[in-house]
Amino acid sequence: MGRSLLDKVWDLHTVRELPSGQTQLFIGLHLVHEVTSPQGFQMLADASLSVLFPERTFATVDHIVPTDDRARPLADALAEQMLSALERNVSKYNITFFPIGSGHQGIVHVIGPELGLTLPGMTIACGDSHTSTHGAFGAVAFGVGTSQVRDVLASQCLALQRPRVRRIRVEGALGLGVYAKDVILHIIRRLGVKGGVGYAYEYAGPVVERFSMEERMTLCNMSIEAGARVGYVNPDDTTFAYLRGRRFAPQAETFERAVAWWRSMASDVDAAYADDVEIDGSRIAPAVTWGINPGHGIGVDENVPKLSELPPDERITAEEAFNYMDLKPGQAIRGTPIDVAFIGSCTNGRLSDLREAARVAKGRHVASQVRALVVPGSEEVRRQAEAEGLHEIFKAAGFQWREPGCSMCLAMNPDKLIGREICASSSNRNFRGRQGSPSGRTLLMSPAMVAAAAVEGRVTDVREILG
Amino acid sequence: MSDPKPIERRSGPGIVVRGDDIDTDRIIPARYMRSITFAGLEDHVFADARCTADGTPKDHPFNDVRFEDASILVVNRNFGCGSSREHAPQALMRWGIRAVVGESFAEIFLGNCIAMGLPAVTAARDAVAALMDTIELDPSQQVTVDLVAQTVTSRAGTAPIELPESARRQLLEGSWDPVRTLLVERDAIRATADRLPYLSGF
Repeated sequence: MGRSLLDKVWDLHTVRELPSGQTQLFIGLHLVHEVTSPQGFQMLADASLSVLFPERTFATVDHIVPTDDRARPLADALAEQMLSALERNVSKYNITFFPIGSGHQGIVHVIGPELGLTLPGMTIACGDSHTSTHGAFGAVAFGVGTSQVRDVLASQCLALQRPRVRRIRVEGALGLGVYAKDVILHIIRRLGVKGGVGYAYEYAGPVVERFSMEERMTLCNMSIEAGARVGYVNPDDTTFAYLRGRRFAPQAETFERAVAWWRSMASDVDAAYADDVEIDGSRIAPAVTWGINPGHGIGVDENVPKLSELPPDERITAEEAFNYMDLKPGQAIRGTPIDVAFIGSCTNGRLSDLREAARVAKGRHVASQVRALVVPGSEEVRRQAEAEGLHEIFKAAGFQWREPGCSMCLAMNPDKLIGREICASSSNRNFRGRQGSPSGRTLLMSPAMVAAAAVEGRVTDVREILG
Repeated sequence: MSDPKPIERRSGPGIVVRGDDIDTDRIIPARYMRSITFAGLEDHVFADARCTADGTPKDHPFNDVRFEDASILVVNRNFGCGSSREHAPQALMRWGIRAVVGESFAEIFLGNCIAMGLPAVTAARDAVAALMDTIELDPSQQVTVDLVAQTVTSRAGTAPIELPESARRQLLEGSWDPVRTLLVERDAIRATADRLPYLSGF
């Protein structure tokens, strides 16, 4: 019986089995940002510990950075305090830091892959639930809390339980205007927001194999929204082509040796899985969420479900969602007016995302009542987009072209919804209050769908624009 | 760092937060994480569910004086989903919560709770429903989460609870904070690093 990538990576990184029954797992790459690390560094100091492998930790600033004026000191004194604390900590412990203006600052899950830090066969941890993104490369990547940030700083290890593996094969081919975002929203709808608890999700099948690395990142990014802490895709030629020449990736003949090893880490054809799920990609439509968790996705051509159409155990949350969103069961989602359009985040803030949105925006204009933001995922993404002239397309269409950061995905910076505003968003969470207003509302969708909603002023089927 | 003390049971008045899929943004909205410490998070636990935009208190158990001394939180399914923020269990613990009983928990949230020495245990749906009802009827009663007997006891009776065996063992031994354990075998850590192709030039 063959082994899955998860099992190969797990076995290779096992330091020892702990008395508790958990595994002490070595973490090959630790990524750090300003929100979940300061308390971790403080715990380290309080325990008179130091950073065991400073060369395996890399830091940037993303959650609290303003996307307009980034001059220091930052206008928000609390944000400035967090950034200063990060600067002190990386300096004290000799950690490589990519600050604002370095050319490499950005959302931690955008810059890791971009710099070639994220590699197949690695274990990766970061104090952020969307660390699953890095699984796109065939890494096993965990989101962790702050105590575990401290654990990794102190020991380069985590105490973890090995997850089971569920393989999800996406068969067939996607239609026009259907993206990785629609695939993952479809998967979460089908398997539920807690269906993945205790599992790692292995995404496979022809649709996933044809995906670019950026599409695979979108897919793996939202594994946690399905309850799965880890999501991954087996490394292949697409992976290796992306990595070649990246700053921290192996170079020259070392790269060729690396490819041979990376290939060997992919799941064996006869690997055993705890569960196997098949999805028909050809039946997936552009998705929109109508509710208050990412499991509340439907095709843009569908109606908001009626209570009777939902499984009994989803009805409590659904009723809460109808009230909060002010949407009626059975009504069409298409045509829902929007106030704000947000394109960005670790889910969909990469170059290909901006290209798809720009395709829709080109030659059109944002509806008069809509406030529309494009926030590139990193300084590198911003530079590449500008080299292609995407910023001119967005600006001509009435979108604001911003500096990189997490921005309105979680609104820890000044980019927020106001009051009951409803936002078409390319981000990952439609939780109540997520985008900065306690009563604000979020409709998750792909970047192209957000752009379509922005120009029409209402939820629109992007296939009509692209077709 | 003080050495953690074993936790065999936690007793106290209960508090009930009903609803499935309560995410960590709901437990502690992101705007309260703009800080370099966890201090003061207790003032903002469930902030948006407790107050309107202008600060007027809403009907919420965490605003209800009947529950102000509560230390055992009872919740429904998939509690703590979403963001990995340890700020969420920190806010609950700083408010006074000493154990959480629910139908199920999100994985990262559960791990964060255990790493802080905050028992988070599951019970069957009927048992949770009965527990919620009895606490709401009589908030002053003692609820006991017993990790040795693996039960939760209230005036509604005694029901079995579950938690991962590794977590139970760590709480009972006072060894939930793994950082010292992880550092015991430094040579083994180095040896693991040395066999990783990507740390040794492939």
